[in-house]
Amino acid sequence: MEKLLNWIDARFPLTSLWESQWGKYVAPRNFNFWYYFGSLATLVLVMQIVTGIFLTMNYKPDAEKAFGSVEYIMRDVQWGWLIRYMHSTGASMFFVVVYLHMFRGLMYGSYRKPRELLWIFGCLIYLTLMGEAFFGYLLPWGQMSYWGAQVIVNLFSTVPIIGEGLGTWIRGDYTISDITLNRFFAFHVIAFPLVLLGLVAAHLMALHEVGSSNPDGIEIKKQPKDPATGLYLDGINSHPYYTIKDIVGVVFFLAVFSAIMFFLPEMGGYFLEANNFIPADPLKTPEHIAPVWYFTPYYAILRAVPSFMDSQFWGVIAMGVAVMIFFFLPWLDKGAVKSIRYRGTLYKSWLAAFVVSFLVLGYLGVVPVTVWGQFPESWPILGGADKATVVARLLTVVYFLFFFLMPWYTRRDRTKPVPERVR
Amino acid sequence: MRTMKTIATLLSLLACSLAFASGGADVRMDPAPIHRLDAESLQRGARNFVNYCLNCHSAKYMRYERLKDIGLTEQQIKDNLMFATDKIGSTMTVAMTPAEGKAWFGAVPPDLSVEARVRGADWLYNYLLGFYRDGSTPTGWNNLVFPNVGMPHVLWTLTGPNTVVSTEFEDHEKASAAAIAKKGLVRVDPAPNGKYFVRTVQADPNAQGSMTPAQYQAFVADLVNYMDYMAEPTRNERVRLGIVVLLYLGVLFVLVYALKRMYWKDVH
Repeated sequence: MEKLLNWIDARFPLTSLWESQWGKYVAPRNFNFWYYFGSLATLVLVMQIVTGIFLTMNYKPDAEKAFGSVEYIMRDVQWGWLIRYMHSTGASMFFVVVYLHMFRGLMYGSYRKPRELLWIFGCLIYLTLMGEAFFGYLLPWGQMSYWGAQVIVNLFSTVPIIGEGLGTWIRGDYTISDITLNRFFAFHVIAFPLVLLGLVAAHLMALHEVGSSNPDGIEIKKQPKDPATGLYLDGINSHPYYTIKDIVGVVFFLAVFSAIMFFLPEMGGYFLEANNFIPADPLKTPEHIAPVWYFTPYYAILRAVPSFMDSQFWGVIAMGVAVMIFFFLPWLDKGAVKSIRYRGTLYKSWLAAFVVSFLVLGYLGVVPVTVWGQFPESWPILGGADKATVVARLLTVVYFLFFFLMPWYTRRDRTKPVPERVR
Repeated sequence: MRTMKTIATLLSLLACSLAFASGGADVRMDPAPIHRLDAESLQRGARNFVNYCLNCHSAKYMRYERLKDIGLTEQQIKDNLMFATDKIGSTMTVAMTPAEGKAWFGAVPPDLSVEARVRGADWLYNYLLGFYRDGSTPTGWNNLVFPNVGMPHVLWTLTGPNTVVSTEFEDHEKASAAAIAKKGLVRVDPAPNGKYFVRTVQADPNAQGSMTPAQYQAFVADLVNYMDYMAEPTRNERVRLGIVVLLYLGVLFVLVYALKRMYWKDVH
C-alpha cells in the first residue's frame, strides 16, 4: 500500500493535496452549529449530481414527452420515484443549507478581510445555483415550470431598447417552447453544473489557503504555536476532529432530509407545487404565478417596486441589486470586530431587521398581493392600496438600508473587546 | 446567545402573525373519509373509476398491471377492469380524442393520472358530492365546488337529480355562521343586494337515485381513495421505506455521536 502511494506521489501530488486541503488543515476548535452547513452544501451538491445523472437516463427534454417522462420515472423506473424525490427535495434543501451558510457569514463576519475572495467565490456559487435551479425548474414541464419561466424570461424583456430581442434570444423562440426546454436542459445538466463544481473547488481552495474564521472572529493564525503540538493555540487538526464532527452533522441532516422526502415530499406545495402536476399549457395562464420559495424574497422586491416612466425595469434592477449587493459586503462592513458576539446593538438590530424583512418578503412573494386586503379608501395616500404591497415596499427599503447604511452603523457601533483566545 | 433568542422570538411572533387566513373562504368542504392502506376501498374505487370515469377521462400514466399494488391478481384485473385493451401492461387510455372532448364538453376532460395531486383528495370528494340540477347551463348540471364546470353529473343515476338549496342571510358574518353550523359541503355566495346566499346540495325526495346519500358518499370516497393512490402509486412503499430509513439513521446517529465524543475528549 505504501509503495503504491509512493509510486503515485512521485507522479501526482495525491498526499500533498489531501494534506493541504483537509488532512493537515488546521481549523479553530470552536466551530458551533452554524459551521455544519458548508460540508452539508457539498453533500447536497454531490447528491444532486448523482441523482441528476440517473434522472437524465430516463428524462426526455421534449415538450411533448417531458411531463410524461417524469411520470414514467415516478412509476415505471426502478427506484425512479426515490431518485426524483431526492433530486426535488435536494433542490430546496440546497437553498435551505446555502441560506443558513450565508447567514452564518453575516453573523460571524466570515466575509471580512482576509476572506474577501472566499466570500466572492461563495456569492458566485449562489448566483450559479439560482441559475441552475431556474433552468431545472422548467424541465418537469408543468404549468408552474412553464409560466414561472415565462415570467422570469420576460423580466429580461423589460430592459430598455434591447429587451425584446434579449427575451427572444434567451428563449430561442417568441414564447417558452420546445427549443427553450432543450437549451435549458443543456444549461441545467452540463453548463451550470460544470461552473458550479469549478466554483466550489475554488471556494474550498481559497478557504484552506486563508483559513477558517470562527464564532469569535479571532484569527487563530495570529496566535503563537503550541510547542507541544506545533499548532496554533486555538487550532486543531480538521482530520479527524472535524471529519467525525461533520459526519454527525451529515447523519442528522440526512434524517431531516429523509423525513421530508419520505413523508412530505411536496412539503405542503412548497417543494413540489400542485399546479406543476398539470402539464404545461401555453394557452392557459394560471390564476396565480409564484416562483419556488427560494426566489420569493427577490420576487417580492420585484413586485414592490412601482413602474416608473412606463417601465417595469426598475423592479428588475432592484431585484438584481438585491442579489448582487452581497458581493460588496466585505467593503461595506467597517466594524471593529467580526463576530456578532462582540458587536454592539446597532449591528444586531440591523441584522435582525434584515432577517425579518428577508423572511416576510419571502412569504409575500408566495402569496397574491391582495392577501391582506386593502387600506380603507378614506385614508390619505395609502387609501385603496394593497396592504401587502405597502408592507413589501417598506421591507424592501429595510433590506437595502441594511447594506447601504452598513458603513455608517458598523463604524458607530459600540463593540466589545475581542479576547485573545476563543471561548 | 441572547441575540439569537431575541431573533428566534421575533421570528416565531412573525410566523403567528402571518398565520391568519385571508378571510371569507367561499366553500366549506368535508374532509374525504379515505385511507391509503384500505385495500378493499381501493379495489372498489378502481372498479368505480374504470366503470364511470375511464370513458371520457384517461389515466394515461397508469398501467393496469400496477393494480396488483392494491391486492388484485393479474386475472382479476383482466376479467373485471380491462374493457379497452387485453394487454395488462397497457396504460389507461380512452378512445375519445382531446378534440372531441373540446367539441362535446367545451373543455378537454383532463387526464386523471395525477389529478389528486393537483386538486387534493378533499376537493375531489366534495366536487363529486357537489353536483346539482341547473337548467341554465349547457349540460343541465352545475356544481357547488366548481361552478359552471363543463362536466355533466355522470353519476346522476346513483344520486338522482340533486337540487341546490339557497338560504339568504343579511351579511357575511351571519352567512358564515350558518355555513359553519351546517355539516358537509356548503358554499357562501354574495347575492346582488349585498346579502349572502348559503347553498347546499340536497337529494330530490321525488326522484331518488339507486343509492342512498350515505351509500353514494361511500362510493365517492372509494373512488377518491383510488384516485389518490393512482396519483402516486409508490406512496405506501415510500412511507414504509421512510420509517426503516429513519430508524437506521437514528441508530447511526447514536453511534457516530458516541464516536465524535470519544475523539473530542482531548480538545479543551
